[in-house]
Amino acid sequence: MEGIYAIIFYVFSFLSIYVQIFFLVTFLEKRKKIVKNPDNLELNYYPSVAVAIPIYNAEDTIIGSVESLLELNYPKDKLKIYLIDDGSTDNSWNVMEKFKDNPSIVLLKKENGGKHTAVNLALEKTDCEFFGCLDPDSFVHRESLKRILKYFERDNQTMAVAPSIIVCNPKNILQKAQNIEYDMSIYTKKMLGFMGGIHVTPGPFSIFRKRVFDELGPYRKAHFTEDQEIALRMQEHGYKIDHCPDAYVYTNTPDSVMALYRQRIRWIYGFIKNLIDYRRLLFKKKYGTVALFTLPSGLISILGVIFLSVTVLGNIIKFIYHKIIQIQTIGFHNFFNLDYKFDWFFVSTKAVLFFSIILYILVIVSVMLGRKLAKKKSSFSLTIIYFIIIYSVIAPFWMLRAIYNAIRSKEASWTREIDRRAKPQS
Amino acid sequence: MHQHEPNDWKKYVIVLFITSTIFIGGLWASNYFNNKKIDQLKSIEDKISVDLMSSETQFSLMQELSCKDVSTTVLSSELNSLADKIAYSENNMGNDDTNVVSLKKYYSLLEIKDYLLMKAITARCGQKSIFVLYFYKNDKCDNCTKQGYVLTSLREKYPNLRVYSFDYNLDLSSIKAMTSIYKVSDNLPALVINGKVYSGFQSMEDIEKTFPQLESIKKPVEPVKKTTTKAKVTIPVVTPVIDSIKAN
Repeated sequence: MEGIYAIIFYVFSFLSIYVQIFFLVTFLEKRKKIVKNPDNLELNYYPSVAVAIPIYNAEDTIIGSVESLLELNYPKDKLKIYLIDDGSTDNSWNVMEKFKDNPSIVLLKKENGGKHTAVNLALEKTDCEFFGCLDPDSFVHRESLKRILKYFERDNQTMAVAPSIIVCNPKNILQKAQNIEYDMSIYTKKMLGFMGGIHVTPGPFSIFRKRVFDELGPYRKAHFTEDQEIALRMQEHGYKIDHCPDAYVYTNTPDSVMALYRQRIRWIYGFIKNLIDYRRLLFKKKYGTVALFTLPSGLISILGVIFLSVTVLGNIIKFIYHKIIQIQTIGFHNFFNLDYKFDWFFVSTKAVLFFSIILYILVIVSVMLGRKLAKKKSSFSLTIIYFIIIYSVIAPFWMLRAIYNAIRSKEASWTREIDRRAKPQS
Repeated sequence: MHQHEPNDWKKYVIVLFITSTIFIGGLWASNYFNNKKIDQLKSIEDKISVDLMSSETQFSLMQELSCKDVSTTVLSSELNSLADKIAYSENNMGNDDTNVVSLKKYYSLLEIKDYLLMKAITARCGQKSIFVLYFYKNDKCDNCTKQGYVLTSLREKYPNLRVYSFDYNLDLSSIKAMTSIYKVSDNLPALVINGKVYSGFQSMEDIEKTFPQLESIKKPVEPVKKTTTKAKVTIPVVTPVIDSIKAN
């Protein structure tokens, strides 16, 4: 039994290191191709762009999101903003009506049907050349749209471009940890972009050529992760997705463990379900990197994190259990009178420790490269340590729960997630 | 359908090569440090062996010496952690590791030799000593773990309590001879205290109650001046931390 356990441990360690090295090799290979957009970036042609904001009970944050779009450095007559009230039960509609006289803004109202239905309504109404979404709790950098559109201009094969999502004003430790995670995903997303392996076009401000939807159909419910599904559908049909590291979108992130837990269950659940739906892609070389690398590595990371964390947690529980037995057996007084001495001999030299150190170093390098790509002031931050600790402790729980839900097909909806928050994020 | 970019097979292979190198490097480093540890244990055991021989030689010479002249600095303080280290290595490298098994056998033999020598010295010099032979097994014996905790704690409290621990299932004829002499059954843990067998778990209170003479070898509260200890026959005890041995 222990032998099998050790083999599983080695397999996960090997695969996890493989994934990280893959990213690193890609970075070293492509680093010169990372485009640095000038401050005075201009497009040869300014196409029409529609941006949809699906709104469900977001009265506190809509204005900020809409205003960030209105302040985009982009010709006003080329930008259409669709605000879709997806059956909000709060004051969202009244807040939206403040924009009713703005010629760039279209207000739509419908019964609650889920985020994808709201976005699809805007898709039906628009005839713009490009289309994107923005969550009502996210804000765009004023240069982001131009920077993204430059990617389409440079390569007419590019069908969608994902932005860099940055945590808006992280306050507590949890949000700072998420900030680090988002920084890391800037790096991984850019590398996946180079390899043609992006599997998510994030809800906030991924921009698509409108013909993607004309040719492949609108958004689907996709287990409440429509942004993953559309990317997989595009990959299946060979549509190129890229990533623009300096197209910043600032998003509010969960500020409590429970809110983060619910959000991640939805994400991981969606990933698993979409992976099942698109299992025909797996390991088929004609589908490229997404089939050979992205989806398998996503699965490895879920199983690996669960396995490694359960192992570590199991060892901690075993240690505490033994200490409790020891105290019960010899009493508190004798327990604290024992002579505890440090000896290097007892520092673990198991191979798995070396692999863990290598993995942590690779993760830290990923975060630093992500911060560099996002042009953050310092590439290293001590909050990386928060990130590693917090995620090591809580991530296995949402991953296990998501797997459990996936087995039982218990979906966690976006609207329910908002309803459960005591108050929408501000 | 659009066309995907061609797969970069070369990169997959290069990454596989790099990862394998790192992986083999990790295994090699682990093996290297584990061997270093084994070497360290071997050298401690060799040192103890030399110390024991020295002590035996002194004992043989005792006919011509008085007890207080027997300077038995056998089993130095390093020995106290030896059992811990062997137990730790067992955990890390496995019960079946030939190096670990061999170290454990050597260690057991040293214990037996020390036990016999100490008994002889105690008898000859009239020392107040209590000898505990502790038999445990590694598998499915929660009480062995608890017994280990008790003995570790007792050793801390009574530094001159001589505890010798033996893996009942270790394939060593000397251990089998001892279990046969003392009629130790496989109802473990088992303690042989001053020649008498106690099977099953014995709590601290049980042991302290059965052996009130433990009080006489209790750890002094005040540190004892060096001048007073110098003349004494103080042979540091083989004091394995049995709980760790069992912990596996």
